[in-house]
Amino acid sequence: MKSLAGTGGLIRLILRRDRVVLPLWIVLLVAISVSYVQEYGDLFPTPESRVKYASNVGFITLYGELSGPSLGEFVTWRLGFVPVMVGLISLLTVIRHTRVEEESGRRELLGATVVGRHAQLAAALATTLGANLVLAVLLALGMHSQDLPLSGSIAIGIVYAGTGWFFAAVGAVAAQLTASAGTARGIAIGVLGGAYVLRAAGDTSAHTDGPLAWLSHLSPIAWAQRIRPYADNRWWLGIVILASTVALITIAFQLAVRRDVGAGLLPDRLGPADGTMGSPLALAWRLHRGLLAAWTVGFALLGLLFGGVAEGVGDMMRDDPSIQEMFQRMGGAAGLIDSFLAGVMTLVGLIASAYAVQATLRLRVEESSGRAEPVLATATSRWQWAASHLVFSLLGPAVALLAAGVAEGLAYGVAIGDVGGQLPRLIGAALAQLPAVWVLAAIAIAIFGFFPQASMASWAGPTVCILIGLVSAGVSTAGWIRDISPFTHLPSLPGGSAQAAPFLVLLAIALVIGLAGLVGLRRRDLPA
Amino acid sequence: MPAAISTEGLVKRFGRTHALDGLDLAVRTGEVHGFLGPNGAGKTTTIRILLGMTRADEGTTRVLDGDPWSDATELHRRLAYVPGDVTLWPNLSGGEAIDLLGRMRGGVDKKRKAELLERFDLDPRKKARAYSKGNRQKVALVAAFASDVELLLLDEPTSGLDPLMEEIFREVVQEISDRDGRTVLLSSHILSEVEALCDRVTIIRAGRAVESGTLNELRHLTRTSIQAELVGPMDGLAQLNGVHDLQVDDGRVRFDVDTDEINPVLRRLTEIGVRSLVSQPPSLEELFLRLYEPEAVK
Ligand SMILES: Nc1ncnc2c1ncn2[C@@H]1O[C@H](COP(=O)(O)OP(=O)(O)O)[C@@H](O)[C@H]1O
Ligand SMILES: [Mg+2]
Repeated sequence: MKSLAGTGGLIRLILRRDRVVLPLWIVLLVAISVSYVQEYGDLFPTPESRVKYASNVGFITLYGELSGPSLGEFVTWRLGFVPVMVGLISLLTVIRHTRVEEESGRRELLGATVVGRHAQLAAALATTLGANLVLAVLLALGMHSQDLPLSGSIAIGIVYAGTGWFFAAVGAVAAQLTASAGTARGIAIGVLGGAYVLRAAGDTSAHTDGPLAWLSHLSPIAWAQRIRPYADNRWWLGIVILASTVALITIAFQLAVRRDVGAGLLPDRLGPADGTMGSPLALAWRLHRGLLAAWTVGFALLGLLFGGVAEGVGDMMRDDPSIQEMFQRMGGAAGLIDSFLAGVMTLVGLIASAYAVQATLRLRVEESSGRAEPVLATATSRWQWAASHLVFSLLGPAVALLAAGVAEGLAYGVAIGDVGGQLPRLIGAALAQLPAVWVLAAIAIAIFGFFPQASMASWAGPTVCILIGLVSAGVSTAGWIRDISPFTHLPSLPGGSAQAAPFLVLLAIALVIGLAGLVGLRRRDLPA
Repeated sequence: MPAAISTEGLVKRFGRTHALDGLDLAVRTGEVHGFLGPNGAGKTTTIRILLGMTRADEGTTRVLDGDPWSDATELHRRLAYVPGDVTLWPNLSGGEAIDLLGRMRGGVDKKRKAELLERFDLDPRKKARAYSKGNRQKVALVAAFASDVELLLLDEPTSGLDPLMEEIFREVVQEISDRDGRTVLLSSHILSEVEALCDRVTIIRAGRAVESGTLNELRHLTRTSIQAELVGPMDGLAQLNGVHDLQVDDGRVRFDVDTDEINPVLRRLTEIGVRSLVSQPPSLEELFLRLYEPEAVK
């Protein structure tokens, strides 16, 4: 196995580089999942209330069919989206430690040492599969500690890890296909999205006795889900997932043999000999347009889903005051459906802030990769360079939120036959999130301006706000903690009364912090 | 005519590292100036200060009669820069990158670009990720040479080029210097390149200029090595100015002598009486090796 020489060293290197991120996502996902047991046990104490909550078509599209009314089954069902996130993180991790390394040329540096040609892929897979295993064990222990049966707790661990494993393998295959990390990510995320859509369409069809129920059988996400933890724990499905993971990994290694380091299997197309770009903004558009398109489509889908389920949630909330209370804590409006929609808008706003931070951090990516240097050595000033990217980190989320608002307004408007009334209301509610999103973007700008090496800390903004949002939706939380999040200070829309003051204050805060960051950028060394 | 570049007493610290420690550099308008020094000497740091990317902790800097920190944007219209380690946008073709950088600087000469692509044998349609280090460097070189600027700052621009391309690079630099009268600051650690191209050179070590002048002036700093068989006793040879590494072995001597001091030493040898004499001409190579050695810092 000479081709695997050096794998151990590479695993250590990956663990060292990911020593913060890896434990963070494992612990976060386990903690959130385990906390749902208590939360949803309190919110839905009776089997009837659970079955009723889960029978809404919209929820079935989102999470799939409830396997049974016990608390374990109910919580597993409600956590139905988390395995998809595990799959996403897993495929991104594998691609980051394989194709990104090759694209950056670091792989070549290592390849010249005593590292076998398969070592990089093997190390990335071993680390990711191992991390999923740790996640599964912690989750099983955590669930069992909440007085859920052990066998079912192990089974839900397998649901998470199985999804993670399968998509880690998908990432490994995608990384072999193209020379571009971006395209590899696109392919792998496309497979994940496809699997999710197949499951959603199949399950929805099954619930309504439609003809497309078989679609679910094609989706690995559905395979994992149909292990049915706490119901009949179908272990054999775990074996199916394991076998297909092994098959994919074998394919990935086979593909790796057939190509050169740095090259992909799909040929790189030639580009134009002459360029049309001539300004920092044109370059930024080129660098940001893929991200913008992906987020906009994602937000539109999110809007469609939430808009589609809103009416059903309203029916259900009428019967169950505890859910009503939960959404009121999230968004806090008076009308039932409005409080649901407002809660959803806060969620969409929080996700938009992640996009804002990601787009802002492109500045740092450009700087640390060395690509900012030739640009700044032309007549482009630092302000212009930063502004060209900030256009996208500030207006990109606006476009994405607009898409969410339009989609949600259309879906909900069609459902209740009031498009003309709902569309502007929900567009307004979506765009109302922007000042809070911009505050988090501004914090990222400031960190980049003053402490460029700590730029990754900008993720703390959205993370903290999302945690505050998640926690305060479930349990009542101290006021000062909630006040940390700019989203807490937004009026609850739609439904609530919107005054200008909170918007203006948040905008002013964003402006001051952002400008300060730009001054910091102007004064510091670059690259730093 | 004012100097194209002048720095005095530049100091730049990164934490406890003194990257620059009182650097003086003067580049005259129209000359090709070699900027030599071992790895880590501070060449890149200096060039970043000249570009206004990094701010010096102490000292003064003038570039094209402007302050590189506060007048960066205006100055950048008049200069072009080729970094030592060129990274490009993986999804952009080489041609797109060249045009982008050229236009942001103020315009590309299409004809000149086509000619340079031809000479450097570069396919501009390839995506940057498919380029080797040398080809990425060519992209940056073509972008710099195709723009109409007064000053070129080249930071070890040939480190990834093969010998054939290195030759083309020399031709082009010579051309833009002779024909177009442009000023070039060429950071390098390749002596032959500097000897072929540069009017004057500055040698830096540990953030300080250790020598500066024309190549001829530097040749005076070189040493000739001499082996001789003498008839008489070799008294007083070791005390003479400019004699180094004297070895005596039974009527034979072997030593190095500073090229400036060669006459009095030869006179002393003939006084003693020479049976045979072999001398090795001075070489810049040897001078550089000597200046690069750690104890060379004065
Ligand atoms: N951003 C930085 N942070 C810390 N040290 C640096 C930085 N840039 C350069 N140095 C240090 O400054 C010294 C000079 O580096 P550099 O100018 O790159 O040398 P050269 O280009 O001559 O090889 C080196 O010791 C290097 O390690
Ligand atoms: Mg250097």
